Amino acid sequence: MSKFSKKSGKATPEVSTASLPDIIFMLLFFFMVVTVLRDSELLVQVNTPQATELTKLEEKSLVNYIYIGKPAARFAETYGTKPRIQLGDKFSTEKDIALFIANFRQGVPENRRASITSSLRVDGKVTMGIVQDVKTSLRKAGQVKVNYSAKKRAGELK
Amino acid sequence: MARTRTRDRMNNEVNAGSMADIAFLLLIFFLVTTTILEDKGILVRLPPWSDEEPDIAKLKTRNVYSVLVNAQNQLLVRGDLKDIRDLRKDTKDFIVNPERREDLSESPTKAIISLKNDRGTSYETYLEVYNELRAAYNEIWDTESRKQYGVDYEGLPIANKRAIRADFPMIISEAEPTNFGEE
Repeated sequence: MSKFSKKSGKATPEVSTASLPDIIFMLLFFFMVVTVLRDSELLVQVNTPQATELTKLEEKSLVNYIYIGKPAARFAETYGTKPRIQLGDKFSTEKDIALFIANFRQGVPENRRASITSSLRVDGKVTMGIVQDVKTSLRKAGQVKVNYSAKKRAGELK
Repeated sequence: MARTRTRDRMNNEVNAGSMADIAFLLLIFFLVTTTILEDKGILVRLPPWSDEEPDIAKLKTRNVYSVLVNAQNQLLVRGDLKDIRDLRKDTKDFIVNPERREDLSESPTKAIISLKNDRGTSYETYLEVYNELRAAYNEIWDTESRKQYGVDYEGLPIANKRAIRADFPMIISEAEPTNFGEE
């Protein structure tokens, strides 16, 4: 009898929040590991065209990016409005591609080098001339796996 | 009196309640700054570089489906001005040639698509055309797969995919572009 009365007299115990930081830290680490920080800031304006036959690029560590587009508004004064190539975090020309690809290969284990993909993120308004030059340089550099980056088109053509 | 109080304070633990807030701040920072960059696109394999141009003139005209895109983004398919919306169906007809017509490909294995553009063609148009050609093959593979195995091409094991691709090989040959309209 006395046992029961004793218990009812006590105030309800609070839920311990001591483990809350641990839970949050776990979430934090999850996000830190999963997300890939964008390694380069975009210097050119890229609005990729739309397409339907898309493949998803699987391994991000095996993908290098080549951006082509007009220089961003803040560079318009120094670089003009003609489409430019961006490799890594700087403006480049198609002559720099061979070195860029070679450098990227260095950082990839030898047995994975065959699956390196170059993702061309090209603005839809750019003319094919510059794209063709890039493609030729890539072929000369022996980098034949290429991805034309595009967005999913939902509806019909035009 | 004062003495006891200091001892009390020394026994106190550091308040860990604000730890959660700090972690939350970090978490929100990471959530905001990181972009989960999803990259999708049309995956192609460029031909390895060789100094001589492949000679397409040796092939029979009926086996070559030539697609030209000019600097005004107009489409010339086998000598006729065409609308891009008809391209997919026409390409499929050309490859499969169900009615065994004399002017379309002899067999799907012999069909070659030759794509040529100008340096002034917009990338958007180029990719649209390329997308349609790729879609034509994807649709052919899909129909064939459903006919033979009753499932979509995507769901097939690799060996069966290879078999279908051997019957309908995708050959899209890209010629060196002309240079009439580059700005």
